[in-house]
Amino acid sequence: MTDQLIAFTYLSIVATVAGVGTISLRSPVHCALSLVIVVFHVAGMFVLLGNGFLAAIQVIVYAGAIVVLFLFTMMLLDLRRHEQERTVHRRQIWLAIPIAILLFVEIGTIAVTKPEISEGIKGSFSPATISDLGGSAQALATVLFNEYLLPFEVASVLLLAAAVGAMVLARNPDEDALASVPDMIQDASGLADGDGGQEAESVEAPSAPSRDG
Amino acid sequence: MGIPLNAYLLVGAILFSLGTLGVLIRRSVLVIFISVELMLQGVNLTFVAYSAFLEDMAGSMFAVISLTVAAAEAAVGLAILVALSRRVTEFYVDRLDSLKW
Repeated sequence: MTDQLIAFTYLSIVATVAGVGTISLRSPVHCALSLVIVVFHVAGMFVLLGNGFLAAIQVIVYAGAIVVLFLFTMMLLDLRRHEQERTVHRRQIWLAIPIAILLFVEIGTIAVTKPEISEGIKGSFSPATISDLGGSAQALATVLFNEYLLPFEVASVLLLAAAVGAMVLARNPDEDALASVPDMIQDASGLADGDGGQEAESVEAPSAPSRDG
Repeated sequence: MGIPLNAYLLVGAILFSLGTLGVLIRRSVLVIFISVELMLQGVNLTFVAYSAFLEDMAGSMFAVISLTVAAAEAAVGLAILVALSRRVTEFYVDRLDSLKW
């Protein structure tokens, strides 16, 4: 009980402070790294709630994939040029803070006023059942591949659509990618074996004197 | 479980409100994206807390779906940003207003 309380107090305080850092730090890189701290501490709360599998997924997908994607994009965009610019809307902040406080009061009131959980509405996955099944991964798999198979497949189609969409959006429209594929194959075969490379050189060589002449 | 459900819901509410504040006040498109991810953290915590206290795996299932949507959203959003970087050199929402009425 006290161990859990200490762990929860630590996790919630650090998550809140890092959340404030995420929205208030100047550099976008620092914001992303602050988000990583939030992600790790929320994952710690998942462990406290007895859902170790989702904590691992959280760390792998959020800290390992999404935040790294953010950092890669920042690397591509060259943001240092605008470091001197202000980072917040000066006029908007006076309306934004009351709105955020109002939202917090609304959600917080619902959270603090006791949400009654009677025995009747509880599901069939008590901690004892989950440990009988072998852990939270097995318990999640039980519902994922039986009851919620269709949403799971829809999620995989969504990921595929997002991957194709991201490639189409990020492609450079100025150069026709499909037209340059034969050249790319020829370059690759030229690099692969020495003959191809020499042949490419010998094709290149006669053109040089003709340009001189 | 020693910690009451209310405590988890309150932390989720704090993270969600902070994310909302970040979306409303920041100017950089990238930081707005990061704030949206912070909001999703609060939502996920609420899902998993209810899943544990209701002893039902549906909440965890929804957390997995929301994680998928977050990954898809980040991929498409950042691809739009990369495509945008060919046209403009600065990424502030108050200057990217060509679609504004």
